[in-house]
Amino acid sequence: MSQRPLSFTFPHRNLLGIEGLSVSDITNLLDLSDSYVEQNRQLDKKTAMLRGRTQINLFFESSTRTQSSFELAGKRLGADVMNMSVAASAVNKGETLLDTAVTLNAMHPDLLVVRHGDSGAVALLAQKVSCAVLNAGDGAHEHPTQALLDALTIRRRLGRFEGLRVAICGDITHSRVARSNLLLLNRMGASVHLIGPPTLIPAGAEALGARVFHDMREGLAGCDIVMMLRLQSERMSGALIPSVREYYHLYGLDRDKLAHAKPEALVMHPGPMNRGVEIDSLLADDPDISLIRDQVEMGVAVRMAVLEALAANLPNNGGAP
Amino acid sequence: MSQLDRAYINARLLDPASGLDCLGTLLVKDGKIAALGGDVVLPDNIETQDCNGLAILPGLVDMQVFTGEPGAEHKETLATASNAAAAGGVAHMVVMPNTDPVIDEAALVDFIRRRAHATAKVNIHPMAAITRGCAGEALSEFGLLLEAGAVAFTDGDRAVMNALTMRRALAYAAPFNALVMQHAMDQNLQSAGVMHEGELATRLGLAGIPVAAETAIIDRDLRLLAITGGRYHVAQISAADSVETIRAAKAHGLNVSCSVSATHLMLNENDVENYRTFAKLNPPLRAETDRLALLAGIEDGTIDVIVSGHNPQDVEAKRQPFAQAAYGTVGVETLLATVLSLHHSANSDLLTLLGCVTMRPAALLGLAAGGLQPGAKADFAIVDIEAPWVIDADRLKSKSQNSAIEGRQVQGIVQALYLAGEQVTPD
Repeated sequence: MSQRPLSFTFPHRNLLGIEGLSVSDITNLLDLSDSYVEQNRQLDKKTAMLRGRTQINLFFESSTRTQSSFELAGKRLGADVMNMSVAASAVNKGETLLDTAVTLNAMHPDLLVVRHGDSGAVALLAQKVSCAVLNAGDGAHEHPTQALLDALTIRRRLGRFEGLRVAICGDITHSRVARSNLLLLNRMGASVHLIGPPTLIPAGAEALGARVFHDMREGLAGCDIVMMLRLQSERMSGALIPSVREYYHLYGLDRDKLAHAKPEALVMHPGPMNRGVEIDSLLADDPDISLIRDQVEMGVAVRMAVLEALAANLPNNGGAP
Repeated sequence: MSQLDRAYINARLLDPASGLDCLGTLLVKDGKIAALGGDVVLPDNIETQDCNGLAILPGLVDMQVFTGEPGAEHKETLATASNAAAAGGVAHMVVMPNTDPVIDEAALVDFIRRRAHATAKVNIHPMAAITRGCAGEALSEFGLLLEAGAVAFTDGDRAVMNALTMRRALAYAAPFNALVMQHAMDQNLQSAGVMHEGELATRLGLAGIPVAAETAIIDRDLRLLAITGGRYHVAQISAADSVETIRAAKAHGLNVSCSVSATHLMLNENDVENYRTFAKLNPPLRAETDRLALLAGIEDGTIDVIVSGHNPQDVEAKRQPFAQAAYGTVGVETLLATVLSLHHSANSDLLTLLGCVTMRPAALLGLAAGGLQPGAKADFAIVDIEAPWVIDADRLKSKSQNSAIEGRQVQGIVQALYLAGEQVTPD
């Protein structure tokens, strides 16, 4: 194995969520990510850090950017990366989950990156395998690497979290990105405003440590960062909003609404964007305001850092029975 | 004198129906209770059994048990459920009609009764469906079903969602004096919900079920009951608001009764932490304030019955992501231990609690059961009401091991169960 010793202790076998990570866990991962940002800007982006390791990306929900980001991260670290997409419609979902887990485990992967449409499914799978498991999104529960890459993006631009005010706008109810970001930002000392219509704000959101606003202009007041969420129309089981045009009128980010945030406020979006639904197209492309492209770049670096941290905890006898 | 005639001496006699709680003798003759109390004169040559101070109480009546027979025998049969019931001191088990096929025909009621008679250790009483196929549309034949032996009507774990259908069911049942039991869960408000709506559900990323999904149905049905008359029962209420609503309706003179599951008296929503699917119940476990209100509802008599809500599920149905997993917990075997544990830990009145699992459900269903009065069938349990034990699901007699209270410390061990004077467990 050519893995260098990790420069810090990462006391977790899996990364299932932001919940459970301490301030120093998060800071250490972000510091390591910074070094990978630099490496990824070099001509030779590849190391042998994970040479001999097998990484399987197991996606029960389709994804383009998260899956390719994890794939690139693993490959740049020298791991053998395999992508597996399991159609959610194939047979009984849950059966597929545990059966697949047992099957994959027999192939001795070292790192398993999992996305699943059900909250808690990745944790359930982690109980059945002996490798390190990374949650790439489970239902409406958590998406920890998204929160970490958002945090890295913010820290590189603003240099801190303490005292920042961050607005998260849109479909909070169905968003794992919102939950992970809320947990991380709270832990790091930022305050969070959740903005959306009452039908898209889950019960008890305030008890999780956020202020809730239904008026977007009010909610944006004093914000340093505005995170827009994708309106996940495919997730909506009922008529949660009357129409897309009314949604854009009330909650779509445009320059007029953004003017209510701090003058130097920055805009983020986890992608993929619905231009003209939750965000004005020109605003999303404005390099002075939008961090959306930075987020994608940070994504690869953060995933490299997480893969390295988890791999460092793996037993080194790669040929175990 | 029959072989089974016997005097059970030195027992703590507990009979909620008469308020009896004293040390004494239970005299059984010809399968019936001949006498009981502190001053029973023993006939000559009667065999005696020294109970050494252990309690004798009426065999329990569990008013809500789901089995898998017919249709899902791999989960539970009438026979395996009755083994669990016998081990738990349950002498009378009321089984739900939402099987496959649904018990909505007199012949099927007859089938359950025959199967029970042929295979089960304890007495089994079938409920029949309110609507054909439990589909919520056409009424089933209440008259014929009652004659076949149905003890009440329910659509099992589905609410009758159509208000007009429910009105007609209540009205049609009224002249039969039949009990109509509703599973109060508005399916539209429940939507994709799988646990109590609130902070925890939001943190876990699970869709919540608001309390209003329960109270909306209860409120509606009480309005209907006021028009139709008849007897209305709400199965397994879960929330403080429901207790309050039913308390007020009773004070108003409406003929409403309700039950709660023993599990809902013991656990709250926090037991689903870490996506514990064994605690996924329908209705869901709710907040601690709800649990305390349910206990208060038992104390003041608002809640009539404690049921197990026994709902066996195989391993595959529970080893799923939370939203996909089946609802339900087994419980018929642990009903008494749960109830006794509430007496010991929550200081609830012993006879009040026991009344909720004996004479009160028996009275609602018109069963000659649940009491120790002279002349009654000698259905009773000898119980060490103090003995502590830890619930080990693998040792439960049910065919399925999905116990929500697995690993919990409880008190109360059934030493023996007698039906008509005959010992059925341990066999």
